[in-house]
Amino acid sequence: MAEVLLKAQDLTKNFGGLYAVDSVCLELMKGEVHAILGPNGAGKSTLVNLLSGDIMATSGSVMFEGQELTKLPSYKISHCGIGRSFQKTNIFPKLTCFENVWLAAQSRQKTSMRFFRPARKMADVKELTVTSLKRCGLEARAETVANAMSYGEQRQLEIGMMLATQPRLLLMDEPMAGMGKEESEMLVGLIKELAQDYTLLLIEHDMDAVFAVADRLTVMVNGRVLETGTPKQIKSSQQVQEAYLGSEGGF
Amino acid sequence: MYNTPRPISLLLGFFLCVLAFYPLYGDLVFGSKASFFMSKLTTIVIFAILAMSLDLLVGITGLVSMGHALFFGLAGYVLALASPEYEAASIWYILPLVLLSCAALGAVVAFLTIKTSGIYFIMVTLAFGQMGFYFFNDAEFSGGSDGMYIMLKPDVSLGGIQLLNLDEKQTLYYLSLACMVFVYMVLRMILRSAFGQVLIGIHANEHRVKAIGYNTANYKIVSFVIAATLAGLAGFLAASQYGFVNPSQMGWHTSGYALMMVIMGGAGTIFGPAIGAFVFEILHYVFESFTDHWLMLMGTVMICVVLFLPNGIGGALLSLVQKKETTGEKNDG
Repeated sequence: MAEVLLKAQDLTKNFGGLYAVDSVCLELMKGEVHAILGPNGAGKSTLVNLLSGDIMATSGSVMFEGQELTKLPSYKISHCGIGRSFQKTNIFPKLTCFENVWLAAQSRQKTSMRFFRPARKMADVKELTVTSLKRCGLEARAETVANAMSYGEQRQLEIGMMLATQPRLLLMDEPMAGMGKEESEMLVGLIKELAQDYTLLLIEHDMDAVFAVADRLTVMVNGRVLETGTPKQIKSSQQVQEAYLGSEGGF
Repeated sequence: MYNTPRPISLLLGFFLCVLAFYPLYGDLVFGSKASFFMSKLTTIVIFAILAMSLDLLVGITGLVSMGHALFFGLAGYVLALASPEYEAASIWYILPLVLLSCAALGAVVAFLTIKTSGIYFIMVTLAFGQMGFYFFNDAEFSGGSDGMYIMLKPDVSLGGIQLLNLDEKQTLYYLSLACMVFVYMVLRMILRSAFGQVLIGIHANEHRVKAIGYNTANYKIVSFVIAATLAGLAGFLAASQYGFVNPSQMGWHTSGYALMMVIMGGAGTIFGPAIGAFVFEILHYVFESFTDHWLMLMGTVMICVVLFLPNGIGGALLSLVQKKETTGEKNDG
């Protein structure tokens, strides 16, 4: 696990006087599952948005596979090999599951500025769509309109779309938010599966889930990184105990 | 969304036959007014092209333009200005010139407006439309508010043999009809293509489309340029029919009517706005025949459509067909 896949250096985003992300340094190793913990407002989602290009950093830099990503817009970052899922379900509600994933798969074509041939005749896109649907466990729901699916399935769809963009790093912003126990368990299983093939950066509130899947953890408070380490190190860290969990808290 | 249900295809085919055979039965049904109604129908068919081209923006891409008539009017001015003074312009160079001009202006307008969205996009496109209106309204070379005459209609001949004579009402009628079918086919093809898939995604959730790796601004610009070019085709036919062009053809009233046709007919269905153009213009004709304040009545109809047919006539037809299909399936099971 020696190879650094992504390296963020002094990444800062301020909205006026508010430093949502403040000089964050982060290294992701190839193949690891890295979880970010922190109370509400710690800047976790902002950090993911900076890495995915949804918002522009005020200062600092991001390197991915030796390539500079800083200031690139999200659609370019997607093509560099970083996929993301959103905290608030972000799908195409009126399209079917298949169509949702299709659009993501089609983005891997050289260009979609093609006007003549029916899209559905593109065999390679179809194949990628079907594989991604299988991978996220929604094969049987392909023809269901996204709107009509359960919340948990919509979250799976979110992951399916991300996989269809053939990423090497997955940024997952609270994939389990708002899920029931059973759905959560299913998703933990799915994340474990994905961890075999992808590098994952995970934001998650569910502690059980985090400790079940993560190789390393980074704890953020007030936009800053408090500590990074293995689950064991974080559990026993005095600093984390005090700042995040309260002196009486514990895992 | 991608395939027109069979009953609707049949209905559209039926309408098309009714239009195509008009010259056969027109005299019998309308008598001395038949020729007038043929001109009227030509105008409506041209508006149907304009409305369908606007639907690519409004219904498919999700960009509500209030300046679409800019390209409709520009086409007429390019035709008038680029035609030689004492002879007819050959369609082989004048039509490409008209379409290219509209595409070029479309690209410029799109480039400057595409970063805006929602109400701001409506306002900025309206502003560009009005800029065009006042430019030609105040320009001496184009006849100011009186506009310009197109004395000789474009000449359609090949190797010295005249293929079509656009001075004949019937010829122009069939040409417009053919263009309407052509534009419909083009739009359906675009909708099914890879490009169309991206537009549908942009309409539904642009942020997500960007996140999965599309530069959405480029797709919106191309969509705008295509719509402007097709509106230019409508404008070319309109100017050829009227024999003149004036600023009001690109004013915001015209843009507004086109938008009303789209809403009445059902945005996003493509065939709907064409039907909307017919309904709008037929109502226009009927209302106007008994009051000068026809817009008041049209406004009432518009309110009723929005209240009772929120997806327009096309949307209502589609849901009618789909409902039948699902109940049919239940009966089978």
